[in-house]
Amino acid sequence: MPETQATQKDPVIVVLQLTGGNDYLNTVIPYNNPLYRDNRKAVGIPDNQIMHLDKDYGIPHYMAPLKQFWDDKKLAILHGVGWKESPRSHFRAMDIWHTCEPIKVGTEGWLGRVAREFDPNKENVVTTVSMGPSLPRSLVVQGVPVACVAGPLERYGFLPTIQGEQRKQVLGRFAQMYKPAVGAGLVMDYMSETGLDSLKGEDILKVAPQKYSSTVQYPNSPIARKLKGIAQVHFADLGTRIFYCDHSTFDTHAGQNPGHGNLWTAVTEGIDAFMKDLREHDHADNVIMLMFSEFGRRVRDNGSGTDHGAGGVAFVLGEKVKGGHYGEMPSLKPEHLVQGDLNPNMDFRSVYSTILDKWLKLNPAPIVNGTFEQPAFLN
Amino acid sequence: MAYQDDIALMAHLMRRAGFGAGRDELEARVAKGYEATVEELLHPETQPPVDAYTLLRYQPASLLPGGQPPMGNLNWMYYLVNTKRPLEEKTALFWHHLFATGNSKVDNYDQLLEQINIFREKGLGNYRDLLLEMARNPTMIFWLDNQQNHGTAVNENWGRELLELFSLGAGNYTETDVRECSRAFTGWTFETKIPRAPYGRFPWKFEYRPEDHDDGVKEFLGHRGKLNGEDIIDIVVQQPACARFICRHLYNFFVADEPQVPAWPIEPPRDQQAIDTLVGAFRDAKFDMRPVLRVLFNSDFFKNARYQHMKSPAEVVVGTLRLVGSQELPRPGYGELAMHTSYMGQDLLNPPSVEGWHTGKEWINSGSLMARVNFCAERLGDPSLPGVRAIINRLKAKGTLTPDQLVDGCLDFLGPVEVGADTKQELAAQAKEWGQISWDSDANAQLADTRASQMLQLIVATREYQFA
Repeated sequence: MPETQATQKDPVIVVLQLTGGNDYLNTVIPYNNPLYRDNRKAVGIPDNQIMHLDKDYGIPHYMAPLKQFWDDKKLAILHGVGWKESPRSHFRAMDIWHTCEPIKVGTEGWLGRVAREFDPNKENVVTTVSMGPSLPRSLVVQGVPVACVAGPLERYGFLPTIQGEQRKQVLGRFAQMYKPAVGAGLVMDYMSETGLDSLKGEDILKVAPQKYSSTVQYPNSPIARKLKGIAQVHFADLGTRIFYCDHSTFDTHAGQNPGHGNLWTAVTEGIDAFMKDLREHDHADNVIMLMFSEFGRRVRDNGSGTDHGAGGVAFVLGEKVKGGHYGEMPSLKPEHLVQGDLNPNMDFRSVYSTILDKWLKLNPAPIVNGTFEQPAFLN
Repeated sequence: MAYQDDIALMAHLMRRAGFGAGRDELEARVAKGYEATVEELLHPETQPPVDAYTLLRYQPASLLPGGQPPMGNLNWMYYLVNTKRPLEEKTALFWHHLFATGNSKVDNYDQLLEQINIFREKGLGNYRDLLLEMARNPTMIFWLDNQQNHGTAVNENWGRELLELFSLGAGNYTETDVRECSRAFTGWTFETKIPRAPYGRFPWKFEYRPEDHDDGVKEFLGHRGKLNGEDIIDIVVQQPACARFICRHLYNFFVADEPQVPAWPIEPPRDQQAIDTLVGAFRDAKFDMRPVLRVLFNSDFFKNARYQHMKSPAEVVVGTLRLVGSQELPRPGYGELAMHTSYMGQDLLNPPSVEGWHTGKEWINSGSLMARVNFCAERLGDPSLPGVRAIINRLKAKGTLTPDQLVDGCLDFLGPVEVGADTKQELAAQAKEWGQISWDSDANAQLADTRASQMLQLIVATREYQFA
């Protein structure tokens, strides 16, 4: 039994980034819309492979594990997300999602700002844990620590090649070498602080896999391994509030079938195991997961895949999420498309604003740079 | 000791003008002489070029990668790791810090790589010509929207950045100058406006459209006339601020870390005399880069600036790979290797903004520091790599090593690396735990290899090692 009631725990957010531009129309399929069939001659999902969510929309069979979340009303589908003037560049689009700055180039990540709100004095260096080698810009704010777990959690830390009995001693030296010294100068002091923060993060995080036991079997995929690491840290009650992971690449210009299927099979099976694990450990109530991609893809397929588009879909799921559709799928009619793409009708910062206001209990405006309508997928 | 000083100085030159060098190379260069080495570096054409056919054979997709990472990164990484013309690549990195264009907007590595090639070919030539080349460069035109700069509707993006970021620096021109400068570049555009598709693009070509050019009279920095873009560039390079601005960039990149560029109008240079020297050389040479760099590398202020520069991620990754060896061929997995600079905050060909990368201390955060240390440690901890083997063989040649000898030997052959007294004390304390090491029997040799590689790892983990 957990020491405290799960509902009393601080709210936690897990972000799963679908890198590369996930194809909205083959993820939430408007199966009755003849324009879907007209435009998707090569990569359309056949009727017998669509699992109906309701009379309008279905998901492809390769996303099957999500169906249960939908039926349990724990899956919110956010339609048409993006923003006006959406760029078709992966990098720029992702940057905009990360920094909430569609016009100029942003310097602060939105989740970095959240972490700063949660822990202004940097009392916990593992407030944010990112699984994967790269540090997403959404987490970057100068002076806000992020534990960036490049490989397996068991090997997180400096000098992973030194293990066994030597490790403790060598890391002790590291700590001594990074000790701030009078007169060392600003830059050396800053490096001391940064190095010692990261070192502390290792000490904290390494208990997580040691304490972990579970009957849940995760599939053998990179995203499942990342989600398992997140579960381990979450169960260890280390005060981590923000988890980040990604799966790629959803950039299905060619060979969309079966490529898109393989991607989503890995993601949804991983999520399924992750949520089971959370429930088994009575740690599900204070977690929501946001899944997003930098843009959706072109309405008309290119004969084998789909090119970069605009409006996309985001998902939020969790025990406390009010499942259902939010917003509307933008029109597929040719006269409503923008350069052949769905015209986004829900600003991505709306999604963030609901999460910030209703879940993380923070004022959204300074974090997302403005006030946006809040779809009501959380109470 | 004099010889050891020569080695240390040569190591410094090679770290800054290139990406470091192993001990064999340093010894050969010391034998050749410092100034002779500077001359060789300044004349890359005397050394063979990188073999692009090997790249084509192993990684055909990296030749024209379209918008797809990591193929653009892979292409440049292959050149950086393999070049026998280190200053040519280093200068290309320098110019791409200044003329920063990014795949985030350009979405076309083909064009970005073409631009890097211009830096390779002309980066040591005349700055005025390079600036003009950039004004005509389709990648730059698209990056700064000059294709939308029309005679009837002026777009000031390129015009402003030309003055603020590429030549003079903020505070050395008025808003009217920006306007007039932009007018002069109306009609400077390129043929293919947007990427046609993510794959199979058309190369972009500069195009001047007289019918879209505002041919009226302009007043710019005290000059009056029907100025066109090239006239603007000729006026700009004559401004005293221009030489100061470019030389401060050179100082920041090659000599010692300065504050970030936006602070330059407020913060005086770290070494005004050094800037003055460079400015004099720049003007005497009529904006030729080679003579300025000759002055720079041969100056006392350069020679005395050891470890005053935070290594960029490119310097960390490329320096390590060139030192340890075995990454010459772009085999499968090379793309992932090329992404390591990104994990440390420097996504090659994709600087975060038009300002380029922020340098110095700003390279360091909790994620990037661990990425830097571990990248180096994972490679220097592998005695099977030829460069690590070479270091161990040199240690081995000294016979049985006392703890202090192990520390000194590792610091020496890894750089020489200079560390503070406190750091050295910790390294020595660790070596004492291990006791003497020697390669006199098979069993001892294996342990000695391990200890040496562990010491190398501890050294690359130090704060001092993050500097060049």
